[in-house]
Amino acid sequence: MSPEAADAVRVDRYRRRMTVTQIVGAAIIVALAFAPYVFEPAVTSSWIKLFYLITLATVWNLLAGYAGMVSVGQQAYIGLGAYGIFVFNDLGLDPYSSALVASVAIGIIAFALSFVAFRLRGGYFAIGTWVIAEAVRQIVVRFDSLGAGRGRSISDYTSDPVMRNLFTYWLALGILAATLIATLFLLRSRMGIALQSIRDNEVAARALGIHVARTKRIVFVIAGIGAGLAGSVICLQAIGVQSPSQIFSVSYSAFMVFMVLIGGIGTIEGPIIGAVIYYVMDLYFSQMGLWYLVVLGALAIAVTLFFPRGIWGALSARYNLAVFPIGHRVVAVAPGAGVRGERRMAMAAGTGK
Amino acid sequence: MTGTVGTGTALLEVDQVAKSYGALDVLTAVDLTVPTGQALGIVGPNGAGKSTLLSVINGTEKASAGTVRFGGRDVTAVGPADRARAGMGRTFQIPRPFTHLTVFENALAGAEFGAGLHGHAADLRALEALEMADMLDVANTPAGTLPLLKRKRLELARALATDPQLLLLDEIAGGLTEAECDSLIATIRSLHREGITIIWIEHVVKALLAVVERLVCLASGVIVADGAPDEVMRSDEVRKVYLGGGM
Repeated sequence: MSPEAADAVRVDRYRRRMTVTQIVGAAIIVALAFAPYVFEPAVTSSWIKLFYLITLATVWNLLAGYAGMVSVGQQAYIGLGAYGIFVFNDLGLDPYSSALVASVAIGIIAFALSFVAFRLRGGYFAIGTWVIAEAVRQIVVRFDSLGAGRGRSISDYTSDPVMRNLFTYWLALGILAATLIATLFLLRSRMGIALQSIRDNEVAARALGIHVARTKRIVFVIAGIGAGLAGSVICLQAIGVQSPSQIFSVSYSAFMVFMVLIGGIGTIEGPIIGAVIYYVMDLYFSQMGLWYLVVLGALAIAVTLFFPRGIWGALSARYNLAVFPIGHRVVAVAPGAGVRGERRMAMAAGTGK
Repeated sequence: MTGTVGTGTALLEVDQVAKSYGALDVLTAVDLTVPTGQALGIVGPNGAGKSTLLSVINGTEKASAGTVRFGGRDVTAVGPADRARAGMGRTFQIPRPFTHLTVFENALAGAEFGAGLHGHAADLRALEALEMADMLDVANTPAGTLPLLKRKRLELARALATDPQLLLLDEIAGGLTEAECDSLIATIRSLHREGITIIWIEHVVKALLAVVERLVCLASGVIVADGAPDEVMRSDEVRKVYLGGGM
């Protein structure tokens, strides 16, 4: 590049906004970590559900919104995360360590399953993941030690319900924080560019040197681990699994799709908003029974019709917002100076992300 | 003098390459050797297999038979991503932008992966590619909102960002105004002067002839003429292909 042009522009990664996000984010996480000392245990333990919902929505969005892999089979990993607790708990680990060890095992299983799932594309991939999830459930219920088809409870668990809730709360919060931090840094790295390129056009991504299958596999494994950890939290909170068909239910996928589409697919902020909306609706309207599902469905239809990019997508497009900045912006260093001044001015006025 | 006589060693050797989809033979036994630094043009009627040939060269499509050698190495079994990293840049006839990324980020993908650069060096390479393709002014525009001509320019910018030794261009001049076409010709000429080997498919023959030193005519999956551009354009084979005599 000619020296004057190289001096005239620079690439901005929204560093200042990133610093604000990191400070505010850290403050919120620390505040939430100390919340159990301030609020009643019943209050904070009800937030556990919100934490795992945001985790689930975030990893599904990573999969579908950034890597273009629409999966309706993430319940496979939710179920494995729940059942993994029994497996490692029976081997002598405490339930919380079991959750973390299980997540590693789930990563390995997701890696293996990716070779099956990646043989399919688009809609076939979606159905394929669902079939894989059903197959995983069928295999799990073959084991009598895991309660066969009846579900089971965690056998070796602390008897103090306050401590139990406290630890589960911190685990759920830690998983949520780790998921959001990992997602943000992943998408800001060169992996983020690779993923979005693959989502938008695989053929062109390959022609530019991006290893498509390898990159997708990494995300598939991360999404599996995230869903597995969420499944562990679900199991810990309920002190077990009521029934395999509940923990391996495809409705988890339906809720993930709902949260991500309502909030805004392909943004980090959207799934958080979608999860909060779903959590609040579930808290106040779930006793309405069947009508609750009708309301959820109507809301999904309304948002898709009027805000096709979700609530956050519409807001950020209108007000140019970004809480979690992942884009690049080319900015003029000295607008108006030099022979290409006009062009640089025009560029600086262009929209960022 | 014929165009097949090059100054350098062969950068690309296409040997007896065939491509068929089921019963449809798109390419049959194509031989093409391109010396380092050459600018080669490919003409031919629609459906002749020109784009398919580029796809087989850069690995987007697998050859049904034959071998492709790049820089002396057999890359027939190598995927397109690794061929890009080895130095093949390619534009697509129908643009394939990353619609949700900005123009700069589109180029950055090429710089980070195709050219294997990191951080500031990758940023500079992407900016340089945008400048060469005259797209700096739309660097922050989402690629999905670009009009068709700018999308074609983006194809060029992205391919340049990969820092290619071999640049495969697939109809990037179509639909340009006279002035735009002249500036495109100047850009490609300067790339050629820098030593980049170029294979350019183009229907706008005038643009092609302003740059290339060798011309190949492809018809029904076979090379029917190969040589100096003016000789090839005057040859009976090419006239037959274009004027529809007995092919």
